Amino acid sequence: MRNLTEAVIVGLATFLAFIAAGLSDDALFKAHAWVLCVILLATTIVLLRRVEIPANGQALPPTDTSGYMDGVIRYGTIATLFWGITGFLVGVLIAAQLAWPELNIEPYFNFGRLRPLHTSAVIFAFGGNALICTSFYVVQRTCRARLFGGKLAWFVFWGYQLFIVMAATGYLLGATQSKEYAEPEWYVDIWLTIVWLAYLVVYMGTIVKRKEPHIYVANWFYLSFIITVAMLHLVNNAAVPVSLLDAKSYGVFSGVQDALVQWWYGHNAVGFFLTAGFLGMMYYFVPKQANRPVFSYRLSIIHFWALIFLYIWAGPHHLHYTALPDWAQNLGMVFSIMLWMPSWGGMINGLMTLQGAWDKLRTDPILRMFVISLAFYGMSTFEGPMMSIKTVNSLSHYTDWTIGHVHSGALGWNGMVTFGALYYLVPKLWNRTQLYSLRMVNWHLWLATVGIVIYASVLWVAGITQGLMWREFDSQGFLVNSFVESVAAIHPEYVMRTFGGLLYLSGALIMAYNIWRTIRGDVREETPIGGIAIHTSNVAEKGTPSTVTG
Amino acid sequence: MDYTLFRELADSWGLVYLFVLFVGAILFTFRPGSKKIAEEVSRIPFSEDE
Repeated sequence: MRNLTEAVIVGLATFLAFIAAGLSDDALFKAHAWVLCVILLATTIVLLRRVEIPANGQALPPTDTSGYMDGVIRYGTIATLFWGITGFLVGVLIAAQLAWPELNIEPYFNFGRLRPLHTSAVIFAFGGNALICTSFYVVQRTCRARLFGGKLAWFVFWGYQLFIVMAATGYLLGATQSKEYAEPEWYVDIWLTIVWLAYLVVYMGTIVKRKEPHIYVANWFYLSFIITVAMLHLVNNAAVPVSLLDAKSYGVFSGVQDALVQWWYGHNAVGFFLTAGFLGMMYYFVPKQANRPVFSYRLSIIHFWALIFLYIWAGPHHLHYTALPDWAQNLGMVFSIMLWMPSWGGMINGLMTLQGAWDKLRTDPILRMFVISLAFYGMSTFEGPMMSIKTVNSLSHYTDWTIGHVHSGALGWNGMVTFGALYYLVPKLWNRTQLYSLRMVNWHLWLATVGIVIYASVLWVAGITQGLMWREFDSQGFLVNSFVESVAAIHPEYVMRTFGGLLYLSGALIMAYNIWRTIRGDVREETPIGGIAIHTSNVAEKGTPSTVTG
Repeated sequence: MDYTLFRELADSWGLVYLFVLFVGAILFTFRPGSKKIAEEVSRIPFSEDE
């Protein structure tokens, strides 16, 4: 019998969630346990319908485990796209809420609850799914080995989706431990720990059983991302729940130690989740799309070690001019400035991979996407160290400049490299000869780029306006502006940033359509980009779905 | 292990340990013959056509 064990385990978990919902005295925990119960019940039903029982004692045909395990990656690309659009949509909504406060619908849909939903949806759901599915793809190809652990990869995928849904519904219900980028409460954190360790086992196991003697550098970046995120998550979320049937927990750290642990976590979420992991993506997909090896492999190794050694110390720059000791603030600042070197080394390494192939940019919008992504990587890793300098930080901290900086990194670097990787992957995974439309990729590229440029530049203006207004004194030593005056002053910028976000979202919607038609096997009749004719007569046929099963 | 001892270790032996490890990793990257190996392994993504 196949799939029965899974169905029974999830069925038992459903029952436990039901019991927890019944026994809890905490209304919040009760509500959240009901959410879990419904999700698990639906999963149980789906799994039960998939149980295969052999007829008359005959053995079931064995599952094909010869090729690469790509089924889970196909699901991952669709999940990435789905959560990306969800995250961008919520982002546009909360940007509009800041511009027009009437859009706050209490209690579930006010800014305070939707903001962590936006950040988690984009970073952990969109970015996380992109990292998981591309890492599974890259590790198999560069190790020439099938994913280790059989169905464990499927557990990682679905377990991670459950984490996302539990985190998101928790925010809307009001369950939060109030740590930025680590908002989920203790029980969701424990679940993520289990899923993440399973991810580590699948990834490490695949590397261990590799047929390629050398471990390609992309895998170093992915592995450091998986291990470091596990460490950060465990330390920052160390907490004691009020009871096992209560959503509330208390962190084990307090005061400035708690603040430092939080920003050690927070900045390394940027450093290892949004940088190291995505660099793993960059070091595989940019060479593949440019069809030439990386500019300097030894530079990529130095990039790796320098990034790993420096990033972990940069967190204290989030706590300038606070109760954190000065030496720790200076340490954070100095290490942030030193990060300029590996970051730019990596950017140059990525861009110079196109050396001798720059002409491809004329015809290949996917390669353009990678180049724009690397340009934003360079720009935001220049801006970040600059903002970590204490004198600059005294102007920029707590203003919208910070938000603009984060978005040029997340939308420009992480978003673009993910889009490029998905455009590369989808035709390969579904065995199609080409994308539905390259012109639509180009539309996506420019809508997204213009969107980010508008977003980042209006928030520079907004942030510097705020910073200058907050520090303006009159001759008597009194503050000239009240806080609300600085809010009113940047209303036009808030409207424009909403528009920038809307452009970025529309680009992603075009992508979803393009990907959907590609999966269906359609090819759009269009003039090739750059005026070079491509013979479309034999590529218009539909490819057959890949025979590799997950 | 109290805070003072921890601090003492961190800015003496801890610092030396990490620094030596880092410099060692960089020097190892530039060892004789590494250029050829690096050029070979940089072709790993192209080792098979899928």
